Amino acid sequence: MSAKSKSIEEKTDFNQDERLKKVSKLRLLLNRPELGALGGAILVFIFFGIVAGDTGMFSAYGVLNFLDVSANLGIIAIAAAMLMIGGEFDLSIGSMIGFAGICIAIPAIYWGWPLWMSIIFAFSMAVLVGYFNGILVVRTGLPSFIVTLAMLFILRGATLAITRLITGRTQVPGLRVLIENDPIAWIFATDSFKWIFTWLGSMNLIALRTDGTPLATGIPPSVIWFIALAIITTWILMKTRYGNWIFASGGDKNGANNVGVPVGRVKISLFIGTAVAATIFATIQVLDAGSADTMRGTLKELEAIAAAVVGGCLLTGGYGSAIGAAFGALIFGTVSMGIFYTDVDTDWFKVFLGAMMLIAVIFNNYIRRKVTESK
Amino acid sequence: MSEYLVQFNNISKFFGKVIALKDVTMKLKKGEIMCLLGDNGAGKSTLIKTLAGVHKPDEGEIIVEGKKTVFDSPKDALDMGIATVYQDLALVSLMSVTRNFFMGREPMKGPPFLKTFDIEKANKIAAERMGQIGIDVRDPSQAVGTMSGGERQCLAISRAIYFGAKVLVLDEPTSALGVHQASVVLKYIVKAASQGLAVILITHNVHHAYPVGNSFTVLNRGKSLGTYEKKNISREKLLSMMAGGEELNKLEVELEEMNRASNN
Repeated sequence: MSAKSKSIEEKTDFNQDERLKKVSKLRLLLNRPELGALGGAILVFIFFGIVAGDTGMFSAYGVLNFLDVSANLGIIAIAAAMLMIGGEFDLSIGSMIGFAGICIAIPAIYWGWPLWMSIIFAFSMAVLVGYFNGILVVRTGLPSFIVTLAMLFILRGATLAITRLITGRTQVPGLRVLIENDPIAWIFATDSFKWIFTWLGSMNLIALRTDGTPLATGIPPSVIWFIALAIITTWILMKTRYGNWIFASGGDKNGANNVGVPVGRVKISLFIGTAVAATIFATIQVLDAGSADTMRGTLKELEAIAAAVVGGCLLTGGYGSAIGAAFGALIFGTVSMGIFYTDVDTDWFKVFLGAMMLIAVIFNNYIRRKVTESK
Repeated sequence: MSEYLVQFNNISKFFGKVIALKDVTMKLKKGEIMCLLGDNGAGKSTLIKTLAGVHKPDEGEIIVEGKKTVFDSPKDALDMGIATVYQDLALVSLMSVTRNFFMGREPMKGPPFLKTFDIEKANKIAAERMGQIGIDVRDPSQAVGTMSGGERQCLAISRAIYFGAKVLVLDEPTSALGVHQASVVLKYIVKAASQGLAVILITHNVHHAYPVGNSFTVLNRGKSLGTYEKKNISREKLLSMMAGGEELNKLEVELEEMNRASNN
């Protein structure tokens, strides 16, 4: 008996247990939340490469087209992902897009404000709405799903009511002429790297219009914003103290609080983030279209959440990645545009979107079990 | 400088008419492990929260390193070196060992305004600290969720020590653990004490407390039944002093009688 108990004593170090479980490099890679979305994006490109490779989808014009759609969704999906990692939802993103649109258009057209001032006004309103969402969720402890669902209706209703009250219509056109010479609007309205496309055009490498200018004129502002946001948010999540606090706030609110993480402040800042992202989306679209529409952004909040989920975010918070949400948006954007180049009826897009999300959730759930399961 | 690292003298706490704690006194020297024993409802949780600065005592005084102190918040207690490891451990299972270890107190590097979380340094310290207690974290970026209960407990304690704890208050550190895991945690607690920390180990398990404790304070219905040096009290005596002891004896007698009755 004594000899036996001695040998058990000696084994009390965890080293022994620990050695039993070798974690392979593959498992480590599988633990990255964005892996599923990256794989999905590659599959989507292979699929359209085969099905629509010779249709012009992958011409300069075609690529910019689906990148533009992906980027617009991506801007809000990244912010939605950050908030989801922080453990909350924002269902008011879509309504905020419509609201931000008229916050730019009405002052600029009806009140004679310079465009830059209207844009700053819209962003200030976004900070207010985000702060209000955040403080309400943090203070009341109510589920953000309910609080922001209420905000979804309030904002959309206010957008409609205010616009009709002031303009008598639901659309506010006439912004295009104001963009020129504005000190701020160009940030949201200028194509970049035009010289590359001019040069490619002159070399006859990309398609030209009848007047000799290239069909694709430059990288749209949405794509630049999208890439910049993806890089900045990924850097924040991986490399900064604030990033660690986001994971902690979403992973275990009480635990994070107990070790000194300002959970409330983190969550409020993330709500401001989604409202501001919605306003970036709105500004780009309003300036591109030259008009604001009260219904703009309808259902966008759900697409943003879907992209974030496909990108590896857990609905329970504490896990996910910004770059994953970017890939999620790229998948949706590519398929929604690519479907036009195939023989498939575009009605099927929503079916695809839903199926993709379902697969992603099941996959994420499996990953979460793997990550959190005890030995 | 007093011979005691920390003293809690005649601590009382009332919630309205309810007397949660009455005249509880505890004194700890460096390197001492005091076990606080008590059944459910004995006032253990209230006492922990008073030690941690969550509750302010209504009567009595707290003396840390010879100086009388009042804790206005948990942060005050922490600043004085009194670190409480609660049962939920304040660990996020989806986050890595390193990110948990430094949660809320991340080491930074880089120029002002562009400071980044120094992951390399954090990884090194976390792996080193865990190594010291015999937990081989080959990959400090692995999620805490993959660790066993004992390892998590050790991580939480190790974190408290790293961030300057002088007095460790441990709330039921072994209650959710199996025999083997519990023994590892207890071993680590002894090791921490031998390095000069004072440890208040709160538990209802005499079998876990007796081997490691230097002294034992028994709480019953909000009152201290006294503090005993290990040499002055036996495990059985401790057990019977806790409310459960007496009742278990009674139960034993009753069962015997029932047995006799059914045999007849």
